[in-house]
Amino acid sequence: MTTVRARRFGAWYVAEHRLLVMRSYLQTIVISGLGNPLLYLYAMGVGLGSLVSSNMGAGAVDGVSYLTFVAPALLCSAALTTASEEFTYPVMLGFKWNPTFFGMNAAPISPGQIIDGLIIATTARVVVTSAVYYGFMQLFGAVPSAWGFATIVVATLTALAFGIPVMTYVATIEQDTGQIAMLMRFVLLPMTLFSGTFFPLTAMPVFLQWIGWISPLWHGVQLARVFAYGASEPAWLTVVHVVYMLALVTVCWAWSRRIAARRLNK
Amino acid sequence: MPGPVITATKLVKKYKDFAAVDGISFQVAPGESFGLLGPNGAGKSTTMRMVGAVSTRTSGDLEILGLDPNAFGPEIRSQLGVVPQTDNLDTELRVRENLMVYGRYFGLPRAAVAARASELLEFAQLADKAKAKVDDLSGGMKRRLTIARALINEPRILLLDEPTTGLDPQARHILWDRLFRLKEQGTTLVLTTHYMDEAEQLCDRLVVVDKGRIMAEGSPAALIREYSSREVLEVRFGSERNADAATRLAGIGDRIEVLPDRILVYSSDGEAELARITELGLHPITSLVRRSSLEDVFLRLTGRSLIE
Repeated sequence: MTTVRARRFGAWYVAEHRLLVMRSYLQTIVISGLGNPLLYLYAMGVGLGSLVSSNMGAGAVDGVSYLTFVAPALLCSAALTTASEEFTYPVMLGFKWNPTFFGMNAAPISPGQIIDGLIIATTARVVVTSAVYYGFMQLFGAVPSAWGFATIVVATLTALAFGIPVMTYVATIEQDTGQIAMLMRFVLLPMTLFSGTFFPLTAMPVFLQWIGWISPLWHGVQLARVFAYGASEPAWLTVVHVVYMLALVTVCWAWSRRIAARRLNK
Repeated sequence: MPGPVITATKLVKKYKDFAAVDGISFQVAPGESFGLLGPNGAGKSTTMRMVGAVSTRTSGDLEILGLDPNAFGPEIRSQLGVVPQTDNLDTELRVRENLMVYGRYFGLPRAAVAARASELLEFAQLADKAKAKVDDLSGGMKRRLTIARALINEPRILLLDEPTTGLDPQARHILWDRLFRLKEQGTTLVLTTHYMDEAEQLCDRLVVVDKGRIMAEGSPAALIREYSSREVLEVRFGSERNADAATRLAGIGDRIEVLPDRILVYSSDGEAELARITELGLHPITSLVRRSSLEDVFLRLTGRSLIE
């Protein structure tokens, strides 16, 4: 009878475990969760924004103030960074450094449930930090639309659309030679800069715009802007954003489960 | 008599062309303490993983508690306790939290896990360390915590993969004492080891494994009776003269094994053989008469020592 419970709820037990572990670095989570939006919204939105509007007028970028333009992007970018933390080192740890995943698997938990549990726990953290971020956006008066709250969901989807593929990759790493640091430096950072985050994609030379098209962050940011201030774009493009991100999530989720099953079944 | 809790028949595990386990068959009865003795790389851990229902066999049959692990992995694992070769305690959690989290994996209610965790901390002599960080524990304490964790679901079978490797003698004895208590309570133990003294202390019955195959099976005493003499005389002549002395020892004892650093003379009376060696005009630098052990059984069966 107890087994039936583990078959059904195993992923939730893994998530419970992860959330308990997060408590050990709760301080970091809270400080970055509060400090991040405050610093970025102020520095980029208000500080840099005043420079932009004094040069280009009030409807400076995409017809809105720079703060309004950049806030949804900062939200998505922060969510994505949080997910990247959860989907890199803890995954490497569980498979390799201190193989706790093998311990879970020795109990009735299946490899797939371990992946599911990590995703559940990370989603929980991202939703909470994004909601806090959104609260700050409201305080700064950066969200004109009544639909603004939906950016919390968009940010979470964005985070997963990047984070889960990252987990898929990290799950395949057998020998650690600093791949995660490389990933942060040469994928996460350039992607954050060139995904229409701080300036529209169209401001970049055409030969660089492909970065935006494949970047889940660009799709997320554009979608968030639609909800935050009603950014205008063709309806088909909005659909593309959603489909592209959902596709990344589902394909890489299934793929991660397969890799986990292969690695734990030695 | 109740049926066996583990039945392995011609069990094989291959990695590409290499057969880590090459046709092993054995049974374990409920309440029995069963050991797999063999050197590193013999296929012990691979066998344990298959019995633990986390590694799919290449061929052969396997039944754990009457179930096939290929179809009923979670059902089987819910009734096992596993102590892996490498501790995989969550070092980001405290001692007691490790037990709590692990108990939940079996779908046990929090209150039940909490009560059980307190009992097990007592059993593992870690009650005063409940709130300690795992990293602050000694090697022996971590091992005891891993055993406590493996007992959280009151398993029907406890699997221990090299439970005392890397521990100092004192820590090993504490651990053996705890395992002996479990055995007395009727827990079925299955353990792998490359320590003959551990196998002799804990196992009712064992198989000697080498290169993925079973070389012999029986109780420690029966194996020693069958494959070795009652006593062993160990003589050392110094590495230079060892081989030379060995040629002159022909006819001494029932059998002789020449190792790089010493010569083992198998006999029912070690002292008498030592006297005969002295009569031959040979004077070993050191000599020692001891009881035969499983180490000698292994040497006899494979021509190699257990720890290389």
